[in-house]
Amino acid sequence: MAEAKILKAPGMAKCIGCYSCMLACARVIHNDYSPRRSAIQIRSTGGLQSSFLAVICRGCLKPACAEACPAEALVERPGGGVIFKKDLCTGCRKCVAACSVEAIFFDEDEKKPIVCIQCGTCTRYCPHQVITMEVRND
Amino acid sequence: MINANGIRVLEIDLNKQKIKAHNRKDLLAYLGGVGVATKLLDEYIMPEKDALDGDQPIVFAIGPMETIFPVVTKVVAMFRSPLTGELGESYAGLRLGLAMRFTGYDAIVVKGKATKPTYLVITADGVEFKNAEPLWGLTVEETGRILRRRETGSGLRSCIRIGRAGEKLISFAGVNVDTYRHFGRLGLGAVFGSKNLKAMVVKGEEGLAITDKKEYQRVYKEIYQRVVETEVMDKYHGLGTAVNVLPLNAMNGLPTKNLQAGSFAGAEEISGEAFAKHSLVRKLACSGCPIGCIHIAQVRRQFGDHYEYYTTPISYDHELVFALGSFLGIDNRDQLLELIEKTELYGLDSISTGVLLGWLTEAFEKQLVREEMIGCRPAFGNASVYREIIDRLVAMDSDFYRDLARGTWYAAAKYGGCDFAMCLGGHEMAGYHTGHAFIFGQAVGARHSHLDNAGYSIDQKLQGWDPEQVVDKIINEEIERNILNSLVICLFARNVYDRRTVVSALRAIGLDWNEESLGELGKKVFRLKRDLKEKLGYRLENICFPQRYFETKSFTGFVEEEKIKQLMDIYKSRYYTV
Repeated sequence: MAEAKILKAPGMAKCIGCYSCMLACARVIHNDYSPRRSAIQIRSTGGLQSSFLAVICRGCLKPACAEACPAEALVERPGGGVIFKKDLCTGCRKCVAACSVEAIFFDEDEKKPIVCIQCGTCTRYCPHQVITMEVRND
Repeated sequence: MINANGIRVLEIDLNKQKIKAHNRKDLLAYLGGVGVATKLLDEYIMPEKDALDGDQPIVFAIGPMETIFPVVTKVVAMFRSPLTGELGESYAGLRLGLAMRFTGYDAIVVKGKATKPTYLVITADGVEFKNAEPLWGLTVEETGRILRRRETGSGLRSCIRIGRAGEKLISFAGVNVDTYRHFGRLGLGAVFGSKNLKAMVVKGEEGLAITDKKEYQRVYKEIYQRVVETEVMDKYHGLGTAVNVLPLNAMNGLPTKNLQAGSFAGAEEISGEAFAKHSLVRKLACSGCPIGCIHIAQVRRQFGDHYEYYTTPISYDHELVFALGSFLGIDNRDQLLELIEKTELYGLDSISTGVLLGWLTEAFEKQLVREEMIGCRPAFGNASVYREIIDRLVAMDSDFYRDLARGTWYAAAKYGGCDFAMCLGGHEMAGYHTGHAFIFGQAVGARHSHLDNAGYSIDQKLQGWDPEQVVDKIINEEIERNILNSLVICLFARNVYDRRTVVSALRAIGLDWNEESLGELGKKVFRLKRDLKEKLGYRLENICFPQRYFETKSFTGFVEEEKIKQLMDIYKSRYYTV
């Protein structure tokens, strides 16, 4: 079996800030029109005069979020990242605090975290191949 | 579901620092965007009061497809224009559409005058009225930096603000949107200034559940693929709108030196191609648009010995290249970018500023205005003197400059030179000398903008002289654009969003429109704007055409006054029967 891929953002210098990736994640995975409900967030780091940062799950091999989860709702995913078992989640937010790149967002309405499932949908809507799915090689 | 409870309108009273939210089912018949905004403007406007009376409203609106379909990215602002006294209508993109959409408000009405400089923070939860005293007098750029630091919510928020031009009520001051886009035309910046309103930060942080996932995905994907994979939008992500400079120039269509000519010897230097080769550093997109038409150039400047440099990123487009370039005889890219930067920092409309400077230069040459009034000697091609004049204009420290601050047409009416004051309907011209349809179209358009009905495009496609057809096309295009603008679709995507596509997109989000009902809406908005303009004093028969349009050969040959008269006569007979 081919090794699982994780989301990478190697081309952020080429990002035009169109938010197509965020809208795709919200639309396809989270059943919402709003990019607020997206597991990928594009941010400027000094207004639009600077380049963008992709706030994304970095596909940790030993994910701190899973370690922090007391309900076993987040478990290690082979190849990097986590598998999210929504039914088990109690909404305690420990995962949000545990992620040192702040890539787990919290849905205040559903009281559940918005977690990247490493599906690659966002990459298919990027017009400049800024983000890709790659096998973790470090 | 989208619009389930009607059009959600947020009404903000700056004077009382109170807000009200209304759910307006009756407004659903206006769809959104310019339809809803025109109706709201009509309700709130005070025709007996001046455009800069603090009681006048500003209306912002989006449509039901905003951000959730590709390239549906704009917001319309409507107000009484301090420049023309008539309908103010202006569009801007970047993050504002997304931010408004996910506050849950379809329209925002700002009324009243704040008792002191104020900025607003608008979220789904309400509005904060914050002190803008320390921001008053600051440039658009610095204001943006401070607000971004002061307010949370990076990424899903928009920051719109005015510079000194708006604070000083210059009739053609614009409102800057997220650094690189603008509500540029017709003086919304002055309306902000008249209300002591420095800025608005809008944060779109709400979710919005999808109702029919399957159909929505299908239609979204189809439109997205058409946008990115076909050639319909190539020119906008390639060279951008500045692609127009050379083809217009080659055919006498590029207004040069106050339209004393239709082609410019320095056009190559300021062409889209030259900017792309030498100055372009990146492109940006509005939220929800995969195209990325916002072209950013870098201007590098030395400010001291020992290799002291700084650089500034500046967005450029055809209209700016025309207004502050060919129209003023500026053939140096860096000097042109510095002029753009100057208008940006003050928050002036670049088109109106350029056209005013063009008139001023010629009025000075013809000795209608004197050096001691201007404080210097304007000359085509001299960028540094133009920068100095812009500084004086914003400083507004003499009667003469206070007159200039009221726009080209006002200044020409007072000092002379209406025949070469390149306005149509009191509004400074756009960058096309293409022929009869452009001149006629901008003159009769609802807000006297080339974008009302795209006459410049009709000129370039029309074979032979057929006045009936020109008038039909002008009216029909304006009706079609009322539909697109009710959804506030970026007009660059007009060829993607034909009526059939619009209908399927609306149905995918649960709104039942058909091609006929959209057509009726376009006409209804046309009539509503027409009647509103008349309440504000507009009369079709008062339109006049500066002689210069007939003296300088255009893209399609000489424009004839008699033919313009013919178009006007036909138009008069159809205007009231739309």
